[in-house]
Order: sequence, then C-alpha cells, then structure tokens
Amino acid sequence: MFPTSFAYHQATSVADAVAALAGNPEAKVLAGGHSLIPAMKLRLATPGLLIDLGRVSELKGVSIENGVATIGAMTTYDELRFADGVAAAFPIVSDAINVIGDQQVRAHGTIGGALAHNDPAADMTAVFLVLGGSVQVTGSSGERTVSGEDLFVDLWTTSLEPDEVITRILIPVPAEGTLTAYKKHAHPASGYAVVGVAIAIERANGVVSGASIVVTGATSKPTHAAAAEAALIGKKLDDEAIGGAASAAAVGLEVNGDTYASEAYRIQLIKVLTKRAIEFAINR
Amino acid sequence: MADTVGEVVQTKVTVTVNGKQQSARVEPRMLLVHFLRDELGLTGTHVGCDTSQCGACVVTVDGLTTKSCTKLAVQVDGSSIETIEGLADGSEFHPIQDAFWEKHGLQCGYCTPGMIMSTKALLERNADPTEEEIRHELEGNMCRCTGYQNIVRSVQHAAEKMREQGAD
Repeated sequence: MFPTSFAYHQATSVADAVAALAGNPEAKVLAGGHSLIPAMKLRLATPGLLIDLGRVSELKGVSIENGVATIGAMTTYDELRFADGVAAAFPIVSDAINVIGDQQVRAHGTIGGALAHNDPAADMTAVFLVLGGSVQVTGSSGERTVSGEDLFVDLWTTSLEPDEVITRILIPVPAEGTLTAYKKHAHPASGYAVVGVAIAIERANGVVSGASIVVTGATSKPTHAAAAEAALIGKKLDDEAIGGAASAAAVGLEVNGDTYASEAYRIQLIKVLTKRAIEFAINR
Repeated sequence: MADTVGEVVQTKVTVTVNGKQQSARVEPRMLLVHFLRDELGLTGTHVGCDTSQCGACVVTVDGLTTKSCTKLAVQVDGSSIETIEGLADGSEFHPIQDAFWEKHGLQCGYCTPGMIMSTKALLERNADPTEEEIRHELEGNMCRCTGYQNIVRSVQHAAEKMREQGAD
C-alpha cells in the first residue's frame, strides 16, 4: 500500500515549518505519523507536501515549573509518561497513555500531533481538556495561546489556522488531593476509545468544590459532561453522589452511534465509565 | 539531497542497518518496510496487514519498537535500525530466537520476526516482565496461529535466558 506522491520537507525549526506551510494549502504537518501515515496509505489523506517536524529539537522536552507542565509538541507518549515528575503530578496522564493504541504508537505518537489531529476517539484530547490545558501555537502572524475549550471544533477539526503549528502544551498541575482518572472502553480491534471518560474532582471541607468530567469517543469532539459536573458540586463524594453523577453523565451530549456501538450502548458506557473513573480515583 | 528522476523527486536516505551503513535514493512516499525489503533485500521483515495493525513489520529504530509500514524511509534518515537479520551471531541464535524455538512460540512463522523484535524492545526496557505486561506490550503484534500462550512462554523463557546471560 503506497501513499500518493508528495514532496517532503524536513523542517529545521518552527519558523522553517511555518514558512513552508504558509500559502501552501496542499501541505500537511507530519508529527509522529501514526494517524497521518495510515490515512495516507489508504489515500484518505493526499497531501502534496509533507512537512516533517521529527528533527525540530525545540519541540521536544517536558518541564514542570510553578505548577504548570510545559510539554514540547513533539514529545512522544512514552517520553511524557516517563519524564521526571509526570507520573507523580499527573497519574491521569499515565492512566491514559497506558491504554493508547499499542506500544509502537506509544513510542512514536506525539502529544501535539494527537491534539492537532483531534480524532474523536482519541484519549489524550480528553485528558488535556479535563485538566484545563492550553496550547501555544506559532503561525505566520506570530504566536498565540489557545485554550482547550477553544481548540477542539468538530470531528478531526481544530481552530488552528492552516499555517499554524502547535509548539507547546501547557497543563496546570492539579491541586493537592484532586481526584483524577481516565477510564476507557477500547475498541477490540483498533484500541481507540469507543467511550473514554476523564475526571478531575477537587474537594474542600469534605464536599466537591470543583468537578471536570470529559467524554471522548462518543461525541464529535471531547466534551464536558456538564450535567454530571453540576450534579457533584457541593456534594459529599458518597455512593449516592457518584451514582447521581453517573446517571447525569450523558445528559445533554450529542452521542454518536456506529456499527460497533449504538448510541444507546455508548450512553450506557458513559455512565458506567464515569462511575468507575470516580471510584478508581478515590481508591487509587 | 533531493533530485528529480523524470517526474519523480528522489531523496537520498542513509541508515545504519544491523551495524552496516547503507544508502539509497528513494521517493519520499516509500515506506521503511519497502526500503528494507526492496532496496536493501532484507526480506525477514514482513508485510502483514499493511494498515498498521498487525506488527509483522516491526523493527527497532534507534532502539524504539517501530512498525516499519508506518514510517517513511525519509523520516529515519541517519537512524540506526535493527531487523530480525541482525539478531543471530553467525550460526548462534539470539536468546529470544532460541526461546521461541524451544517453547514453540510460532507455527507458520509469518508474525515471528515482528514478534521477536517487539520482544527485544520490551526486554531491554523490562528484564523481568509479568505475563500481563508481556501481553500488554505485545498487543501491537498479531498471531493467527498460536493463540499467544506459547508466545508468552517464549518471552518469559527469553527473559530468563537474557537475565542469566547478563548475570554471567
């Protein structure tokens, strides 16, 4: 299986990549390539120019300073989960990366690539959104920061301009005692999320003071389960509150169905995985 | 580095494969697996599904387990690659190869090169994996013959052999 012919440019810097992208609607950016190259082999994607970020060293690396993790966009899943301090500060990141694709995807897939691709069945997008992450992007008109809430638009669609590249991902470290977890029902063949649920719940004085719950796999883009979040606020996190959040988790969501999992089945999975994620985080 | 042959732009790719530096001029769309098989004649790396699912084409690139059908040859320019052909030392099998032989970790053998290369990357990270860890790490390698039981036993046996060797 061969992709169609394309020109190849190995970018030497972010500026070089942006210059190559600008004014070239046929161009695509190549990160880890574990979504794009399979799509190109099936000729679902036929870019005229491939701009490879693989050697752009300024896009690598992870640091945690002043309560924020800064992740270079070309950092791979494995590089992130094994980076100093990540497993301790972000157990939810380890949860999610451990169940992404297979070991070859974890070795080559990148965080920036996952967010820019915005696959509706991706795992990292939900974790990024639930933790209140944002991305720094660079384009012809300069740099800007885009919040997770504004980044994801629709199926495989983000608010990035055609000449913009994600350079860094910023994720605030959850406050001490925040309950976080990611639970997923994986498609048995592809490993993608049929449904995934990410949670981040803060408590103060024995009751829930902040709740972030994000669903992936079931919806066109990672989406907050707003009704479940609202149901938890001010509650003691007991079985009744967890059950209430689970029951509300799919309320107001536009849930998709397909040949593997119907809309009704996905709604059931959203409820079950919300409950499991909260219980897992409590008992972690 | 690029030049044009007829309508087709070709790029020079230089890689070190099993310790030997090799170069070829290829189209950017050439996948690493075809570069290894068709340009370098290393046909031990197999093409199974062609859709990045099966893992028959797994090699290591700079030590990372890699589905060579999901990398372009131009992406790995300058890298060090190891394929199944690089494992044996003359007529002496690598301990992983011996272990797959001794524990019947294969039937038709088509998936075996990829299975062994994934195992090598796994054991370099984790010298004593549990059965659960082995199954999880080899999820990207499919076998349609064995039912995986003897593959898991082979990996455990290989791990033992390599630990003993390391202890010598």
